[in-house]
Amino acid sequence: MSFTKNLMDGTDFDHTSLNALQKVTLRAVVMSFLFYGLVAIEGMIMRMVQIGPSNPLPEMFSHPSHYFSIMTVHPIVGIFGSTYQLVFAAFMFLVPFLTKKPLYSIKLANFVWLMITIGTALAWIAAFVWQYAPLYTLYWPLPADTEQFQVVGGIVFIIGVALIMLGTFGFIYNIYATIFARVGVHKDKTTKELLISGFGIDGMLNLWHKLTGKPPYSKEPALALPVVAIFRGTVDTFLDAVVILTAGLLVLVYLIFDASGNPLDVGAIDALLYKNYFWWGLDLVADGLVLIYVAGSWYLLATLITGQKLFMENVARAALMLELLVSWMVWSHHLLADQGQPEMMKLISGEMVTAFELLTQGLALFITLVTLWKARPLKMTMELKYLLGGLVGFGLAVPAAIIQADMGMNRVLHNTQWIIMAHVHIALIVGLYMTLYSALYVLWPIVTNNTKMYSSKLSNIHFWLYLIGGVGMGAFGGMAGLDGMLRRHLYVDGEFNTLMVLAAICGTMVLVAWAIFLFNIVMSVGIKGLIGIFQPAKDPTASYGIEPEVISQNHKE
Amino acid sequence: MTFSNSAELLSFHWVAYTIYAILIISVIAWFGYNLTQKERVKSIVRIPFYTYIGFLVAGGVGHHIFTYNAIPWVSQDITRHEIKPDATYKFEVEKHKWIGMPKKVTVECGQTIEFDVRSRDLVYGFGLFRQDGSMVMQMQVNPGTDVNGILDPNDILWTFNHNGVFDVMSTEYSGPREYDEEGHSKMYVKNWLEVVGCKEEGGKK
Repeated sequence: MSFTKNLMDGTDFDHTSLNALQKVTLRAVVMSFLFYGLVAIEGMIMRMVQIGPSNPLPEMFSHPSHYFSIMTVHPIVGIFGSTYQLVFAAFMFLVPFLTKKPLYSIKLANFVWLMITIGTALAWIAAFVWQYAPLYTLYWPLPADTEQFQVVGGIVFIIGVALIMLGTFGFIYNIYATIFARVGVHKDKTTKELLISGFGIDGMLNLWHKLTGKPPYSKEPALALPVVAIFRGTVDTFLDAVVILTAGLLVLVYLIFDASGNPLDVGAIDALLYKNYFWWGLDLVADGLVLIYVAGSWYLLATLITGQKLFMENVARAALMLELLVSWMVWSHHLLADQGQPEMMKLISGEMVTAFELLTQGLALFITLVTLWKARPLKMTMELKYLLGGLVGFGLAVPAAIIQADMGMNRVLHNTQWIIMAHVHIALIVGLYMTLYSALYVLWPIVTNNTKMYSSKLSNIHFWLYLIGGVGMGAFGGMAGLDGMLRRHLYVDGEFNTLMVLAAICGTMVLVAWAIFLFNIVMSVGIKGLIGIFQPAKDPTASYGIEPEVISQNHKE
Repeated sequence: MTFSNSAELLSFHWVAYTIYAILIISVIAWFGYNLTQKERVKSIVRIPFYTYIGFLVAGGVGHHIFTYNAIPWVSQDITRHEIKPDATYKFEVEKHKWIGMPKKVTVECGQTIEFDVRSRDLVYGFGLFRQDGSMVMQMQVNPGTDVNGILDPNDILWTFNHNGVFDVMSTEYSGPREYDEEGHSKMYVKNWLEVVGCKEEGGKK
């Protein structure tokens, strides 16, 4: 097949054979990877600026307003536009697939990816056009500081974020409505039974019964373990969306009053209290839903790759409940440098409860590794490689954060590049995304009806470039943090030149890896197939791999 | 084991974390390799499940116990309101400018200094940095007032055990106006604090 023909038609992808659930999943995946490219370019611009005067970029990128606008939208595009989008798409496919029930609503799933896409674009436009740059932390009263930012920029930004949160609520509703639908295998289950299983109480009771010598509480839990993880993680997704939305509304009210010529007193809001509220919500992303979703994804991938039962399943179920409770109580580790924060909160929430994340994540790592180990010998498939890459990512990133969640260490590491590079970027780029790539390789034949991947060689090049680049960028950035480089500061004189050059080289590897991955996907589905994904599905089925009579019971499209 | 300043701590941390990073990458790589092998590989060490869990708990909690005992500023920070400092420097910040900040501060070796920085508008940071750019210490500077309209304190105690000349920077982003058109911070104060009278290896002469 010629290159042009391959580019247009793909390998053997037929978009007309896809059902509604497959199409809506792929739409979000496409948008997610486009946003990923944008976020990688933004990241590279910032890396290049930090190199100093020798960087080849036009001078405007080093201008504070421009630089911090990029820094403001970088996490919005990365976390919401790309990661949320990809995770939500995967889970809206997986929950029907694993529960053998149809998705509650395809229309709602379309609403989700559209809202997240439009919202992310609006937030990006607010920063690009009006240079609205209070950063994602939105520390009060900076987002309402109309001396530094234009009101219109702020309003567009907040509307963008609000749309993302509306999309998030759509996802949450769709997931729970699907889980609680009493059709198919759950026809005879009560809401109570599904709730008990969703919160992992059956796993805890099973453990208790085992310890006390009684027969198991539940031999066949109502929900599969990965669905339990999605169920619990989505609790945090909901709480986080409520916090971000209400904080956004607060900023919006101040901006609207300002625009009307009657500015409100920003001093009426206590900055430290606001910080506590906002970090409580924001931390539910980093220390809540991400860790829970990731643990669930590891368990799913380990069982799918090995074809065997998960090792210590009841412990895993109980640990997911513990993770949920832990995630509600750890936000003070973000406030260890705030001298007004009560010392007991720093000690209990910031240090001790946070340390439990080492236990819960370590447990997930252990269970996944043992499940794989018991099934050896295994073929080193792409999905297994990426899963191991994901384990490496969290194996590096979680202890990096636990180390800083300490009153002594925080005093010399807070707001440095250590936390954002050695922890956040390694957790997201290596830990989370490699787990998601693993899921993508597992789901690829299911979602695309066995479409042949264009090149396994390119898949391998992507893997190694991405792994080495991701770990390298995080490592060199982290070292700069140890040398005192701040994370939310502009360095234009090349103060940390050597480490930033090395980080930029590794960042380029990540960017090139993304381009190779995208090329491989486009060559697999073809331009026509890519467009076809966004055309309405002829087959309205909202499930995959179940009998048509089950589908018809709760079909909403 | 005690760290007398942040430079020692950061060097220790650099080495310890690098060893850990190499170890975890090697373990997973070894694991991945052996997953594909037909022959039953002999484990290098056999770690029972509960030992592993105990290790994680001990690591998480023990880390804080270690730092509490090895890093002197932890207990000093917790009990700072009961400690009488050798000197106090109180100043404010507004519109990205330090207000009432002394032009230069000289500290005798071993002195414990209180810095109390109050913000009139935005969230800032207060950090001291060595000439090589590494951080001595930092804190957040939150705005706010009490019921009488007096600005909320953001106070930290610091004991200086090594000679040096330190710069001041805001360690928290407070909007693009912190910077001039060329991108230099207006809140950066070169050679603000000097510590004198220490031995070369640290500590009073």
